[in-house]
Amino acid sequence: MLESNKESLKLEAMKRIVGLISKGKNASELFPAVVKNVASKNIELKKLVYVYLVRYAEEQQDLALLSISTFQRALKDPNQFIRASALRVLSSIRVPIIVPIMMLAIKEAASDLSPYVRKTSAHAIQKLFSLDPDQKEQLIEVIEKLLKDKSTLVAGSVVVAFEEVCPDRIDLIHKNFRKLCNLLVDVEEWGQVVIINMLTRYARTQFTSPWREDAMFDENNEKAFYDSDSEEKKGQADVKTYIMDPDHRLLLRNTKPLLQSRNTAVVMAVAQLYWHLAPKHEVSIVTKSLVRLLRSHREVQYVVLQNIATMSIQRKGMFEPYMKSFYVRSTDSTHIKTLKLEILTNLANEANISTILREFQTYVKSQDKAFAAATIQAIGRCATNISEVTDTCLNGLVLLLSNRDESVVAESVVVIKKLLQTQPNQHSDIISHMAKLFDNITVPMARASILWLMGEYCERVPKIAPDVLRKMAKTFTVEEDIVKLQTVNLAAKLFLTNSKQTKLLTQYILNLGKYDQNYDIRDRTRFIRQLIVPSEKSSTLNKYARRILLASKPAPVLESAFKDRDRFQLGTLSHSLNIKTSGYQELSEWPAVAPDPSVRNVEVIEPVKEWAPSVGKAKQSKSEDKFYSDDEEKEENASDSSSSDDSDSSSSSSEESGSESEEESNEESEKTSSDSGKSSSESETEPKNNSKKATRKKKPADSDSDESDSKASSSSAESSSSSVSDSDDDSEPPAPQKKSNVKARPKVEVKSKKEVSLLDLDDFSPAPMNAPKPSVFSPSLLSDLEGLSLSNVSSAMQVTTPSFGPMKTFELLHHMTGKGLSAKYHFPRQPCLYQPSMVSVQVILTNGSDHTLEEIHVGDRSPASLHIHCFNTIERLEPRASVTVSMGIDFSDSTQAANFQLCTKEDQFSVSIQPAVGELLMPSTMTEADFCKEQKKLLGMNETSATITMTTANTSSQTINKQVLSVANVGVAPSSQNNFHRFAGRTVSSGALVLVSLELKESSSALLTINTEKSIMASMLLQDLKQALTEA
Amino acid sequence: MIHSLFLINASGDIFLEKHWKSVVSRSVCDYFFEAQERATEPENVPPVIPTPHHYLISVLRHRIYFVAVIQSEVPPLFVIEFLHRVVDTFQDYFGVCTEAAIKDNVVVVYELLEEMLDNGFPLATESNILKELIKPPTILRTMVNTITGSTNVGEQLPTGQLSVVPWRRTGVKYTNNEAYFDVVEEIDAIIDKSGSTITAEIQGVIDACVKLTGMPDLTLSFMNPRLLDDVSFHPCVRFKRWEAERILSFIPPDGNFRLLSYHVSSQNLVAIPVYVKHNITFREGSSQGRFDLTLGPKQTMGKAVESVLVSSQLPRGVLNANLNPSQGAYTFDPVTKLLTWDVGKINPQKLPNLKGTMNLQAGASKPDENPTINIQFKIQQMAISGLKVNRLDMYGEKYKPFKGIKYMTKAGKFQVRT
Repeated sequence: MLESNKESLKLEAMKRIVGLISKGKNASELFPAVVKNVASKNIELKKLVYVYLVRYAEEQQDLALLSISTFQRALKDPNQFIRASALRVLSSIRVPIIVPIMMLAIKEAASDLSPYVRKTSAHAIQKLFSLDPDQKEQLIEVIEKLLKDKSTLVAGSVVVAFEEVCPDRIDLIHKNFRKLCNLLVDVEEWGQVVIINMLTRYARTQFTSPWREDAMFDENNEKAFYDSDSEEKKGQADVKTYIMDPDHRLLLRNTKPLLQSRNTAVVMAVAQLYWHLAPKHEVSIVTKSLVRLLRSHREVQYVVLQNIATMSIQRKGMFEPYMKSFYVRSTDSTHIKTLKLEILTNLANEANISTILREFQTYVKSQDKAFAAATIQAIGRCATNISEVTDTCLNGLVLLLSNRDESVVAESVVVIKKLLQTQPNQHSDIISHMAKLFDNITVPMARASILWLMGEYCERVPKIAPDVLRKMAKTFTVEEDIVKLQTVNLAAKLFLTNSKQTKLLTQYILNLGKYDQNYDIRDRTRFIRQLIVPSEKSSTLNKYARRILLASKPAPVLESAFKDRDRFQLGTLSHSLNIKTSGYQELSEWPAVAPDPSVRNVEVIEPVKEWAPSVGKAKQSKSEDKFYSDDEEKEENASDSSSSDDSDSSSSSSEESGSESEEESNEESEKTSSDSGKSSSESETEPKNNSKKATRKKKPADSDSDESDSKASSSSAESSSSSVSDSDDDSEPPAPQKKSNVKARPKVEVKSKKEVSLLDLDDFSPAPMNAPKPSVFSPSLLSDLEGLSLSNVSSAMQVTTPSFGPMKTFELLHHMTGKGLSAKYHFPRQPCLYQPSMVSVQVILTNGSDHTLEEIHVGDRSPASLHIHCFNTIERLEPRASVTVSMGIDFSDSTQAANFQLCTKEDQFSVSIQPAVGELLMPSTMTEADFCKEQKKLLGMNETSATITMTTANTSSQTINKQVLSVANVGVAPSSQNNFHRFAGRTVSSGALVLVSLELKESSSALLTINTEKSIMASMLLQDLKQALTEA
Repeated sequence: MIHSLFLINASGDIFLEKHWKSVVSRSVCDYFFEAQERATEPENVPPVIPTPHHYLISVLRHRIYFVAVIQSEVPPLFVIEFLHRVVDTFQDYFGVCTEAAIKDNVVVVYELLEEMLDNGFPLATESNILKELIKPPTILRTMVNTITGSTNVGEQLPTGQLSVVPWRRTGVKYTNNEAYFDVVEEIDAIIDKSGSTITAEIQGVIDACVKLTGMPDLTLSFMNPRLLDDVSFHPCVRFKRWEAERILSFIPPDGNFRLLSYHVSSQNLVAIPVYVKHNITFREGSSQGRFDLTLGPKQTMGKAVESVLVSSQLPRGVLNANLNPSQGAYTFDPVTKLLTWDVGKINPQKLPNLKGTMNLQAGASKPDENPTINIQFKIQQMAISGLKVNRLDMYGEKYKPFKGIKYMTKAGKFQVRT
C-alpha cells in the first residue's frame, strides 16, 4: 500500500505500521518503503513517517541517510513550525555520521528568530550530546548563548540541556541568575521544576548559609529589604550580622508564588528549595502547600509523604499543626499507611502523644496485619522517645500479647523486648507474663525474643527460666533455627548463673545441637561447650565466660528509617529510593565565604546611546536600571556635597559609582546613614517616599514594595554598567550628565507605578491593558520583567518620558454631599491608555456610608463635546470599601473644567475636574541643540518671560527640577551651562511644544522663559512656576 | 528525562510502548511484574522501583499501569505529574481512558505522545494547544476523514504556544456566550465509634466551563474570601491580584478547566451533614453477626442529601450477609467481602436503615475489628464551607455573557469507624 499513489492508502498503511510499533513488533523490514514518503506533502503522513524514522533509524543507518536532505531543506522553511519539527526529527535520528550536520543545524536554530525553534534546539543539544559526547565544548557554547535568551519558552529547555551536558559549569549561570529568577513565574511549569532544582544547587555554592545561630539577623535583614525607605531600622543594621545576599533573597521571593502552582512537581521543587536555602524560620511556609498535595493521586502522596517524613525528623514543629492530615484511612494503600505512621511517630511529643496513641490503638486493630505490625513498631518508637509514656505503651503492648492474631503478638513481643532492654530493672512481671504466653506463640521471631529475654534477665526470674528451658529441651528438634540458637544461648546463660538446676538440661541441649542439621547451630554449640564447660584446655576463656555471655548489652536505638535520608536533596529520585542514582548531583555545603556576588552583575554594552530616542526594549530595560543606580548614587552624593554646586556633585557620583557594584545592602545602609544626617538630602528623598506611599494606597502592602525592591536589587546589578557610562560622560562637559542624573528620578517613579499595573495587568485600568499582543513580540515581552514595563508604552509615544511629581490629590466629591460616596482624583501623569489626546485621571471612590452603593457610573457631561473615557460601571461598592478607577479626559489644552455627573443607582452628583495647566502637558525629550532650534522658532508672540527672585536654598539644580516638575508634567532637557535649566513638553491634545527655560543670574534672581504657541497656557504656566519657585 | 513509556493492563500485558530516546527492551518491565506480584493489591505496587540500569516510575489509573522508564536522576514527582497529565489528556480526547479506547486510537495516542514529550522533556501538555495540533477524534470527523482523506493533524503551529496567554487560542467565536462555574466542595472526615469527629477538612475546587468569544478578561470575587486558606490556581489566574485584593482575575482558557482548588482553613468547624447509627456485633462462638445501620441528615441547611452510597469492607470471616434495606438496594460480594448499599436520597421523615445478620465461617474466631464504613453523598446547591461567589465581571469584550454558578457538596474520603 505504501507504493500506492493514493495518499489515503499510504496513510492507512502508515497507521498500521505505527500500530505495529506501538505493540513492540518489529517493522524494520519496511524501512525502504517508508522512508520514501518522508517528503510527502500530507502532514499527518509525514508525522507518522517521522515516528517510524526515529524508531528505526538506528538499525538502518544507511537508508536513514536518504532522508537527511529532506530535513535539511525543511530547516530553511519559512514556517517556524516546520523548521522546529525538522530539527526535532533530525536530532532524534541516532546516526553518528550526521553529527556534523546536527551540530550545524543546532547552531543555526539557536539564533533563529522564533523562540519555539530555539527551544527545539535546546532539546537537540541533549540529544546530540548523548549521541556524541565529544561535541561537548561546542555544545556548551550554544548553551551559553541560549542561556542568555530572554524568552520564557526557551529558559526551561536550555536549563535541562545545561544540567545534562555541563552541570558543573556553574559560571555560565552567574550572568543569567537574576534573569532566570525574574522569568521563573512565567516559564512553563516543567521548565520551572528544572530551573528551581538547578538554582537550588547554584545557590548552595554561591551564598553563605542563612542558618547561623543568630536570631537577630533575619529580622534586620528582612526589614532592610522590604522597607527600603524606612530609614532608621536600616541604620541600626549591624555590619557584622549576617545579611542575606540580595540575590539569595530574590530567588526565595520569586519562587514563593509558585507554591500555589497546580503542578505538584513545581510545589515540591519550591518546597525543597526553601528547605535547603531559606532561613529556618521561613521554611514553614511550604508546609501548607505540601499538605495540600496529599489530596492528590496516590503516587503523588507517596512521594510527598516520603519527603515530609524526612523533614519531620528535623523539624517537628513544621508539620505538627497538620497532624490530623496524616491520620490513616482504611482505604489508603499499605505503603501510604506506613509512611503516614512514620510521620505521626516523628511528630509525637509530650503534648500530643496521648492523641497519637489513641489513634494508634485503632490502627492496631486494622485488618491489614502488616500495617498493624508497623503500628506496634511505631508505638515502640514513641515509647523510647518520650519517656513519660514508656510505661503506658508497655502496658498497652502487654495487653496486645493476648491478641488473637499471631503476627500482632509476635511484633509486640519483639518491641517489648527492645523496650525492656532500655530499662530492664523493673519489669520482671512482664517477663514472667511472657513466659506464660510462650506456649501459645508460634512465630519463631517472637519465641526467640522471649528466650533471649529469659536468658538476659534470668536472674530476675530464677524460677521460670529453667522451666522454660525444660520445655524447650523437649521441642528443640522441631523448632526453627533462630529459636534453636536462642535456646542454646539460654542454656548457656542459665548454666553460668544457675548451674545446679540446669546442668543436665544444658548438656542435653548441647548434645542435640551438636548433631543438628544446620552448621550454624553446630558451630554455636561447639563454641558454647568449649566456653562454659570447664575442661583443662580452655581454662583462660573459661574464666571470662561469664563476662562474655552476661555482659550488659547496650539498648537498641529505635529510630526512623528516614533518619539518613537527608543526605539527599529532597524531592529527588535518590531521596525517594534512598540510593544514589546515576546523574545525581550532590548539594554542596554552604561556602564559608560567599564568592564574589558581582559576577552576577550583567554588563551593558552600549551605555551611552541609551538616550537615543529609538525604541528597543533591551535598551529600555537597561536604561531603567541605570536610572535606579543613578538614583542611589545621587542620594549618596547629595549628602556628600549638599552645599557644593551641581557639577561637583555629579562628578563625585561618577567616582563613587565604582563602589556600587558591591553588596547592595551595604550600599543601602550607606545611603541611609547619609540620608538621615543632612537636611538637604532629606528633602531629596521625601518626594520619592511620598509618591511611593501614594502607589501603596492603590495596592495594599508589600506587593509593590516587593516590586520596587526587586528593581532595587537589579539596579545594583546594573550599577557597574552605570559606572561605565558615567565615566564615559566624565570626559564630556558635565551638563549632559546632570541631565541623566536628574532624569533618573522621574523615571524611577513612573516605572514602579507602571510595573504594578502591568504585572497585574489591570490595576488602574480594568479594560484594555491586557489585550493580547501580537504574538511575535510578546513572549519575550512578557517574559522580560524589565523590558515589559516600558516598551509597551514607548512604542506608542517615542519621545515622551512620563515625569513624576508629588501626587496631589484633589477632592471630587465630598462624602457629605455625595450621601456617603466620596471621590478624589489625581493625575497619575501616565500617558492615557485610551486615547493619546486624553489626560489620564485616577479617581478613588470610597463608600463612606453604611450601605452598599450600586451601579456607580458616569452620567451626563458638559460641555457636551467633552470627550471622556468613562470607567466601567462599578456594580457594587461595599461600605468602607474603596476602589480606584481610571478615566481619560480630553481637555483640549484648556484649563476649562470637565463637568460630568457621577451617578449611583439612586442619586446623581455633579462634579467637575479642573486640571492645573501643568497637567495638560506631556514630557518630551530633546537634545540641547534641538531645544535651541525649537526655541528660536517660537519667539516674539510665542515667548513669555518673567524675572523671579529665588531663595538661595532653591538654586541647586535638584530643587529646581523638583519644583518645576511638581508644577508641570515636563521632561528635563539637557543643558550645557550650569546656570541654565531647560524643560520640554508637549500639550496633550494638540501636541504643541512647550519649552521652559530658566536662567539663573546673580543674587538669586532668575529669568524664566516659556516658549509655546499656546500663549494662554504659557501665561498660566508662568504664573504657576513663578509661585512654585519663589515660595518654596 | 523520561526514556520510554509502557502501558500495562490489569492482566499484565504490555499493550503499548513508546520510546523517546533509544529503545529500551520491554524486558525491563519484568522488574515491575515482580513488584506487582509481591504486592497484594494493585494499589500497593510502589510507584518508584529501582532496577539495575533503569528506574521505573508507575502510575495506576483506570486499571492501567503507566510505567515510565528513566535512566538518571529526575524528580519523581515530575514524572508522576506528567503521567497523570497524559492520562488526563487521553481522557479528554477519548472520553474514557481504557485499554480499548487507547488501542482503537493508537495513532492519535502516538501522535499525542510525540507532541507531549521531546527527548523525554515535556513539550506541550496544555490540552488547548494539543487540540490545535491534533484534533480529537469525533465520530463525524472520522467519517469525514475516511471519505475525504483529510487528516486530523493541525496544519498550523498553535498560536497558544507562542502567545502571551498560552492557555487560550485567539479567534474563539461562540454564538452563545456562556460562563459556568461549579463550586464543588468535598468533605474528608474520620468519625469515630461514638460519632465524634476525629478529623474533618473541606477541600474545594472551582471548575469552570467558559465559552466566550474573543479575549475576555474575567474577575471573580467572593463574599468571604477569608475562608480560603490554601489555594492553587490555574496558571491563568493573576497571583498578585489575588494576594492584594483577594479577587480572581484571569483570561480564561477556552472550554473546561479547573480554575482553582482550595482548602478551607482548619480553624473553621466543619459541619458534618450526615450521621450514622451503627450496631455491628459479632459474638464469640456463634457463627452469626448482627448488622444494623441507620443514616440520618444533620446540619444540611434544609438541602436534601442525595446519591448516598454506603460501602464497607467486612471482615474476612464473613461468609454471607442477609440484610434488609428499608430503601435502595444492597450487594455483598462474597469474594472481596465488600458490602455496598445504594441508598439514594435520605428522607428525614423516614430514615434509611439496613438491618440483618451476617453468617460467619464456621469455627473461625470472632474478627477483632469492626469494619469501617465509607459513605458517599451529594448535596446540591450548597457549599458546606459557606463560600459564596460575590460577582463575576467581564472586561475586554463588548457582549453580555450568560453567567451561571452552581454549588455542590460531596463526600470526599468520609469514613466512619465502628
